[in-house]
Amino acid sequence: MIAFVITTIVCFITYLFLTTGSATADSDILGLWSQYEIIFGVVLSVISGVIARTIFVKESKRMANPAKWFIFLGYLVGPFFIGMAKANFDVAYRVITGKINPGIVRISPDLKTDLGITMLANSITLTPGTLTVDIDENKNDLYIHWINVKKEALEKKPVDCKYICGSFPKWIRRIAE
Amino acid sequence: MIEVIEGLDTLYLVVLGMLFLSVVMAMIRVILGPTAPDRAVGLDTINTIVIVSMIIFGIAKGSVIYIDVAIVYALLSFISILFIAKYLEGGEF
Amino acid sequence: MISEIFEIVIYIFLAIGVFFNLLAGIGLLRFPDVYTRLHAGTKCTTFGSIFLIGSVILLGLRMWWNNDADGSILAIHSIVALVAILVTNPTGAHALARAAHRSGVEPYGAVVDDLKGTIKPKAESKPKKKPVKKKKTSTKKEEGK
Repeated sequence: MIAFVITTIVCFITYLFLTTGSATADSDILGLWSQYEIIFGVVLSVISGVIARTIFVKESKRMANPAKWFIFLGYLVGPFFIGMAKANFDVAYRVITGKINPGIVRISPDLKTDLGITMLANSITLTPGTLTVDIDENKNDLYIHWINVKKEALEKKPVDCKYICGSFPKWIRRIAE
Repeated sequence: MIEVIEGLDTLYLVVLGMLFLSVVMAMIRVILGPTAPDRAVGLDTINTIVIVSMIIFGIAKGSVIYIDVAIVYALLSFISILFIAKYLEGGEF
Repeated sequence: MISEIFEIVIYIFLAIGVFFNLLAGIGLLRFPDVYTRLHAGTKCTTFGSIFLIGSVILLGLRMWWNNDADGSILAIHSIVALVAILVTNPTGAHALARAAHRSGVEPYGAVVDDLKGTIKPKAESKPKKKPVKKKKTSTKKEEGK
């Protein structure tokens, strides 16, 4: 039941985002939506809530906590965006000079949930010099293509997380676990 | 319809020209690319640039409907890239 | 005064976005193999898109402030498109990199390749499914005869 309610609410919010600006002269709510649009949206989101409730909410309702959303927003605006800006100047430097020293290394970030691993993989792809290539699903290890391999990182295998992820695993552990 | 800052619509056309240039560069990679994944990478880049160009074009021409088209195009191109990747991997669908 | 600052911010955003999108194109041409090209193609286009769409969002917010109904559509729908790009772009790059490695493309000039030789499930899964297909086709032929 709780899964159904959560799925319906998320569907309805998505619907509201997609239908902004549907207001007409005779019917409008807040100047953004028309009443018919809202009624139709409620019907549609109830239907999709019935269909998708077992897929959307697996077993834990951990992410239904609003505090975690704000931490997530802070993560996006703060460390993630700075990492991304650095990544782009790094790529610009390598495009212009052509200096590369690539390799594929293995790291074990020690995250347990699927959502956490997905977020870490996407963050790694968008941050300096690294690209996720494959995942070991049994141990949750990631294989990473690194454009500029440091010699001192190769002494230990799997490679230490701090060379590649920086502070990301701490943040993601706070958000998704 | 959309005309807030004067001279901005011609600026948007210049921006579109530059984006077209980078689409051409990605297109050269699609044609040259020695292996199939190279071509797929070029295609992925073209998709992203086309999405952005659609939004800019919508503003330059003053019609909002292009942005809705861009959202749908983003999701469809993602699915198509996933299918191409699955095909290159040689897996079963 | 405020509108002038606004205008300058929009110009700067557009310049940054276009610069990084052009860089993505140049990187695609200059880098030597699939993985490094993915670096250029994914990071630069995502970062460039954030700034180009950001300028559109700013314009939309300003129009909304001036009581123009189209401004809300511009701002909110552009945000939805931006979120779609941010979520799908790295995932697509990840899928392509994995596909490239499994189809046997070696990283150019690799110092180290930990992934090499770890891919076994693909070889195991293929023979399992082939006999099923053969059976199906054979039964069809028999029916046809």
